[in-house]
Amino acid sequence: MADDLKAPGDDDRVFTLNFGPQHPAAHGVLRMVMDLDGEIVDRIDSHIGLLHRGTEKLLEYKTYLQGLPYFDRLDYVAPMNQEHAWCLAIEKLVGLDVPRRASFIRVLYSEMGRILNHLLNIGTQIMDCGALTPITWAFEEREKLMGFYERACGSRLHAAYFRPGGVHQDLPQDLIDDILSFVEAFPAALARIEGLVTENRIFKQRNVDIGIVDEEMILKYGFSGVMVRGSGLAWDLRRSQPYEIYSEIPQHVFPVIVGRNGDNYDRYVCRMEEMLVSNDIMRWCIENMPKGEVLAANSKVAPPRRGEMKRSMEALIHHFKLYTEGFHVPEGEIYAAVEAPKGEFGVYLVADGSNRPYRVKLRAPGFPHLAAMDHLCRGYQLADVSAILGSLDIVFGEIDR
Amino acid sequence: MSDQSEALSDLGEHVASSMPDAVRRFEVRHNELTLYAERDSIVGLCEFLKTDTICLFETMIDLCGVDYPERGRRFEVVYHFLSMRMNQRIRIKISTDEDTPVPTLVNLHPSAEWFEREAFDMYGIRFAGHPDMRRLLTDYGFEGFPLRKDFPLTGYTEVRYDDLEKRVVHEPVSLTQEYRNFDFLSPWEGMTSVMPGDEKGRPSASGDEEGA
Repeated sequence: MADDLKAPGDDDRVFTLNFGPQHPAAHGVLRMVMDLDGEIVDRIDSHIGLLHRGTEKLLEYKTYLQGLPYFDRLDYVAPMNQEHAWCLAIEKLVGLDVPRRASFIRVLYSEMGRILNHLLNIGTQIMDCGALTPITWAFEEREKLMGFYERACGSRLHAAYFRPGGVHQDLPQDLIDDILSFVEAFPAALARIEGLVTENRIFKQRNVDIGIVDEEMILKYGFSGVMVRGSGLAWDLRRSQPYEIYSEIPQHVFPVIVGRNGDNYDRYVCRMEEMLVSNDIMRWCIENMPKGEVLAANSKVAPPRRGEMKRSMEALIHHFKLYTEGFHVPEGEIYAAVEAPKGEFGVYLVADGSNRPYRVKLRAPGFPHLAAMDHLCRGYQLADVSAILGSLDIVFGEIDR
Repeated sequence: MSDQSEALSDLGEHVASSMPDAVRRFEVRHNELTLYAERDSIVGLCEFLKTDTICLFETMIDLCGVDYPERGRRFEVVYHFLSMRMNQRIRIKISTDEDTPVPTLVNLHPSAEWFEREAFDMYGIRFAGHPDMRRLLTDYGFEGFPLRKDFPLTGYTEVRYDDLEKRVVHEPVSLTQEYRNFDFLSPWEGMTSVMPGDEKGRPSASGDEEGA
């Protein structure tokens, strides 16, 4: 470790500072070795992997269904969006159609995940810039949303709710009604945060014109999500390569939000606006949600229903085999991507025809964003590093995997 | 659906005819275009894909290794590119072995730096010309390449904090119970070959049917 730290050379103005891994503004376990020239950042060497749990290796040893809960533990801020990519990858390889109601529920909960993620991100970013109140308001709303997670699937964080072929359980009507009343009240809660922060002088001084990302940089460093849209490029996988029912959502409900300058502040504004759009999408989903099945029936990928198992021997056998052997995915490879709150989350799945994946590569959106940290921060001041890091939206569960 | 695959095979045709030395073959499956490329001409191919006005694959989405220990060149390096302008994706595959380095793409796509470091860390795939080839995800001082198929799931060492020595110590892994890797493959679904013992049952089974 000591050899990472640069020996003091001729120029005694350059010195090396260790940021993290236990720094509260490091958003988890990031260690950055920074070369500073006075207060100006010369170079950042990020050391990651402190949360590396070998998810990709573990997935090779689990059946497809057993692998699913690992996806909640990647970006634990918006768990269901990760599951979504895994389910899409399997469904594409198996050639499985998702019932329409399940598609609506998936979109509803994916957008809920987006709000969960953005609330945490803007809350912590504002806190990194010195304001301690908004994060408590943001977490109050997050708590309500995690209550909806719990009521749908039984757990607040590690949902394991999206399954290949649909979602695990149907939503009861009173839950849908409660989500609708949340949707009605949420813009006011967001306006309260916005009123405190958006035009705040200190917040703007810390964020306007800091961490500017231009188009060239986006392409060179492989950015996605808000990092792209904050710079004025209307790139959103939900619109450009739509999956589920996103293509059916009308333009006035779901416009692509873009910023202008590509700085920290524009990304913050984008996230605030995207939460309102997600809120509208949630309302649209609830209003247009059809009745029907939520899991593909008779597919041998989804378990038979409880009631069926009491009467039919085949159903009982299928249930047993599904939860021991699991289902087989035909040989082939697929790349399935979703617009996760942080950017493009992709699953590259190589199947060999057995009940377990041969190779899974998880493409985390935060990974290339953090890789560009050195380039992004050069020439900015030390205090800007934590503001830039906050606006990158980093969660180590997905970067380290 | 078919329009999309047609467009993809046209694109594959275009790339293959423009870079005949670099592309061995291409295929379109599940609405995805895969190019099988020559290892040594990967940089030229990616440069063509980035600058050609029909391709414009300017964003590097992903780079990863895949291990096939039974093959002579055991590693596959899989690149995924995205063209935001053309709204198109492409996958490129090359193969290499443990000793032969792959030309780096860092000069073309700076995002490749961490992806290549990760591939090196996980598989030991070497990249020639990479400016900063260090391990990325594993612990300081880690040995071995964890995602290789011959690397055990449990690893070789475990770490704990030793209260007497006041430091973290590394020890050989000791499991109270072996990792249980069940073989669930059964004739229920997806059986591809003859199961052991089938050859004994088959003639008599068919004989029974004839009898009935």
